[in-house]
Order: sequence, then structure tokens, then C-alpha cells
Amino acid sequence: MRRFFPHPALSVAIFLLWMALNNASSLAHAVLALILAIGLPLLTRSFWPEHPPRVKAIPALRLFAVVVCDIVIASIDVAKLVLGPTGRIKPAFIEVPLDLQDPFVGTLLASIVSLTPGTVSIDIDRSRWVLQVHALNVDDRAAVINAIKTRYEKPLKEIFSC
Amino acid sequence: MNIWIESLLAFLILAGASFTLLGSIGLARLPDFFMRLHGPTKTTTLGVGAMVIASAIYFSVSDPGISLHEIAATLFLFITAPVSAHLLAKAALHIAQKPVSEEDRPG
Amino acid sequence: MLNFAIQIAFAMIALAMLLSLYRMVRGPDATDRILALDTLYINTIALLVLLGINTDNSAYFESALLIAIMGFVGTVALSKYLLRGDIIE
Repeated sequence: MRRFFPHPALSVAIFLLWMALNNASSLAHAVLALILAIGLPLLTRSFWPEHPPRVKAIPALRLFAVVVCDIVIASIDVAKLVLGPTGRIKPAFIEVPLDLQDPFVGTLLASIVSLTPGTVSIDIDRSRWVLQVHALNVDDRAAVINAIKTRYEKPLKEIFSC
Repeated sequence: MNIWIESLLAFLILAGASFTLLGSIGLARLPDFFMRLHGPTKTTTLGVGAMVIASAIYFSVSDPGISLHEIAATLFLFITAPVSAHLLAKAALHIAQKPVSEEDRPG
Repeated sequence: MLNFAIQIAFAMIALAMLLSLYRMVRGPDATDRILALDTLYINTIALLVLLGINTDNSAYFESALLIAIMGFVGTVALSKYLLRGDIIE
């Protein structure tokens, strides 16, 4: 089993993506999707890290729901700031010290931070594990740092158990 | 087409278009680059996402069979938006030469 | 009703494209222009999706998908060029 599916999650993702792109239209596409789902991970296996991370499903779904809600809130927030007087906005660079030390999970966290209210991630310093973010309108730096750590970093650590 | 579905579609399309417009207003109005970055990454992405989902519902209702490829496109948009924002921010820091916290960074 | 909503949405997207174009012409930095170009790409996707609904033709969606991919690759390549003076390391 392991020989044909070195990355089961990747295979499932490729299969579902191919079916979605073809509107799940016919059996022929399902066969083609199956061939791609087996073939592509085998062909590209040397590019992927050896052990795909284990994911806990329930915290992952909960985080997904939180992020979707936050994306909507974020857009309304930005909209309010954009339409108001721009002189009163107080932008700031903030450094968030990270507890997690995994490049993949860090990337995920940075992406979530970019899509959610008030902040865009600029850089991750991998020597010190500090996430540098730019906040559009900040009154309290500690509150921003705290929000990122409790709202997104803690669930991510739980999901990937790292 | 059912009146409820039509209202839902109209709502999604108008909300999507408003968010897209707001993102561009932010891009045009805000005073510095890092502030401008917020508009397109969040607001415009959500706006286009809403419109693409409206398209998915429309073609699922009007044509035989369901229309799924819009879901793939929405996923793609939401994955790529933070990546391009991140790269642009890095490029801007690189050009500016004097980023805010450069002095306390080792190396 | 749907038709009316689509017409209004067309006008809003057109305005959004004009605003992005303004930022692209105005600059002041290269990064601002790339960001404006990226936004313009995303606005184009919105426009094509709307056009697809308006003309009841799902083929427009394929081109929107292509523009999404090309726009992303273009933005990444341009930012990489600004970062290192080189695209492929």
C-alpha cells in the first residue's frame, strides 16, 4: 500500500481537485483522476518531505470555521477603515514570538494571519522564530500578539501536535 | 428560477462586487504601501470569492449536473493571495532599505 | 432582478479596475505597481465570472481560471525579480 500511495492525503487531494475541475462529469474523468492521483505523488516523491504530518480532524475543522468567519470580519473591518478618514489610521510593524518551530506550520500560520483581521504577515525569522506582521490599525500591540497566539497558533499546534 | 435562489445570487454578486470595489478604493486611497497591501489581500479576495460562489450556484441550478470547478478556483484564490502579499511585502522591505525593525535583526 | 444586480456589479467592477489602474500609473514604487497589477488581474477574474453569468456561458470560467494562474505566477516572478534581480535562482 505504502509503495503505491507514498502520500495518501496528496493522492486524495489530487483526485478531488481533478473531479472538481471537470465538474465530476463522467466515469472516464474518474479513471483519469485515479491515474493522476497515483502517478503524480510517485513521480514527485523525491520533492516531498518523508513523513507527511498527521492531522487531527476535529480541531482542523474548528479552525477552518473560525478562519472563514474571520475572513468576512476582516474584510468589513478593512472596508470601514478605507472609507473613513485615512489620517486617523495608526499602522504598525509588530513582532510576534512563535512557539511552533516547523516551517510548514509556520507558513500556514503566516497565510492565516494575512487573511484575517488587521494584519498581514511580512516575514518569518527562522533563526529566532519570530513572525513579523504589519497591522493596519493598532491601539494595543499586546492585544494583537495575544489574539494571533491564542486564536490561530494554539489550534495549529494542536492540529499538527508540534 | 426560484425567487429565493435569485435573491441569494443577487446578494452574493452585489456583496462580491462591493468588496472588490472597496479593495480597490483602499489600494487607491491609503497613504503608504504596507497599508495598501491590506485592501487587495483581504477585501478583494473575499469579493471575488463571493462572486465565484454565486457563479457555482448559478450554473448548478441552470445547467444539468452540479458545477464544481468554481470551488477549485475559490480555493486557489484564497491560497495564492497571502503568498503574493508576502512576496510583495518582502520586495518592498528590500527596496526601502530601511525597514522598521532591521536594526534588531541579526545578520 | 438578477439582471439588474449584474448590471450594477459590472459598473462597480469597472470602477474598481479604474482605481487599480490609477494606482498602477501613479506608483510611486515598483511594488505599488505590481500590487496594482495583481489587483487588476483579480478584478478581471470577477469581470469574467460576471460575464459568464450574464451570457449564461460557463466557458468564460475557464479563461478566468487561466488568468488567476497566470496572474499569480506573474506577481511572484516580478516580486522575485525585485528581491534578487533574478527570477530563477
